[in-house]
Amino acid sequence: MNEMIDPNLNIWHWQIPLYLFLGGMAAGILCIAATYYIRGREKDYSTAVRITPFLTPFLLVFGLIALFIDLRHKLYFWQLYTNIKLQSPMSWGAWTLMVITPVSFIWCALHIRDIFPGWDWKFGWIKALEAFFNRYKKTLAWVMLIYGLILGIYTGILLSAFNARPLWNTSILGPLFLASGLSAGAAATLILSRNKAERMQFARIDLVMIGIEIFLIIHMFMGYLASTQVQIEAARMFLGGNYTVSFWIFVVILGLLVPGLLELLELKKFHVPGIVPAILVIFGSLMLRFIIVYAGQMSRWLY
Amino acid sequence: MRYAMAVDTLKCVGCSDCVVACQTENNVPIGYCRDWVVEVTDGKYPQLELEIRSERCNHCANSPCVRCCPTGASHNEEGGIVLVKASECIGCGACIASCPYDARYLHPDGYVDKCTFCIHRIRNGMKPACVEVCPTKCLYFGDLDDLNSDVSIVLKKRKYKTLIPEAGTSPQLYFLI
Repeated sequence: MNEMIDPNLNIWHWQIPLYLFLGGMAAGILCIAATYYIRGREKDYSTAVRITPFLTPFLLVFGLIALFIDLRHKLYFWQLYTNIKLQSPMSWGAWTLMVITPVSFIWCALHIRDIFPGWDWKFGWIKALEAFFNRYKKTLAWVMLIYGLILGIYTGILLSAFNARPLWNTSILGPLFLASGLSAGAAATLILSRNKAERMQFARIDLVMIGIEIFLIIHMFMGYLASTQVQIEAARMFLGGNYTVSFWIFVVILGLLVPGLLELLELKKFHVPGIVPAILVIFGSLMLRFIIVYAGQMSRWLY
Repeated sequence: MRYAMAVDTLKCVGCSDCVVACQTENNVPIGYCRDWVVEVTDGKYPQLELEIRSERCNHCANSPCVRCCPTGASHNEEGGIVLVKASECIGCGACIASCPYDARYLHPDGYVDKCTFCIHRIRNGMKPACVEVCPTKCLYFGDLDDLNSDVSIVLKKRKYKTLIPEAGTSPQLYFLI
């Protein structure tokens, strides 16, 4: 412990959790779109396949900007792309973003006429490119699905690979962040869709994801409490410590339980304004990243 | 070759000369340090026990900072010394988060900096600045593979511990107890 530098680790600020959220949500949207396209359900869930993915280039670019702001030796950022480090989750992430960001742009370009019906690419070579990607659209969807899953999981693995921070050092974070990203992605379609059947389907998806998240959070805490003293101390930040109120109120109650209940009511044919649970889910997903990133930096080995 | 350092916690008086020597030798920016002194008091008055440790990077044999670095800026030099190459460092902070000893800091110029075991001095046959300057001679440095090095000799004679070996990093900074 080098307390002459900082009483606590204080290296990552708002940029990292914001990026983890934006990347996770983009991953969720792209995975859902790719899955329904591959399964040939494009007509039934046309918002999820054709419209919601238009958010992802913005989410990914804003995420990349946040990541760039976080770098403290900015002019050397290209070093990420002259190396492949298999043991470094951050290297995986950098290369994954290098694939998924262009793929998300291409996917939107293929569906641009769903938003602007009179769209004309003007240049012959762009039209040729469009025709090329249209021909291999299924392959593109598979690339999008696989890299979307890697992106969604890696945002959690990035943290869980740090043995030095006991709160992060649990392999549950990978699936938890993936589930949270899928749930935020489903919530985005819930907001944008005007089709009753599609909205019902996405309320169901969101509900399942919320269930999985609650299950994973319970397991995460069981894991901490059954582990060594360092992880017990880490869990105590949420069980009476500094992060108790923010975690249980913002993430669990407002981000999971309330929207879960509202969606359940909606599926039982009660009238619920669908935008409310969707916004709560997205908010909870954002808060989960912020709280885990900040609390993780407070947790440490005891010696 | 495996460079290591031993710190005699019974001889160390916590004068921080090692800290100042390091700051001077390595031109460490004001307000930062690559080594530091920790004082731990154990027990209940009047049966108190004080341990003083001069700490720095453990130059771990299984270094998490080298593993998590996305560009390879953090790397192992000869004898297992863990170094950061400023011209490859992007300042992402992953290695700082990965170090259970908090031995790394962000240099004001944007890259990550840390103890180098004074590799520029070792290569010229000298000892690290902190070892050279210690007034109680409580720091020992050398090659563990050389049975006649200062550090090998003292580790053979004395009891020692490492810091949180359960973190799985195989630290190479030994504390004589």
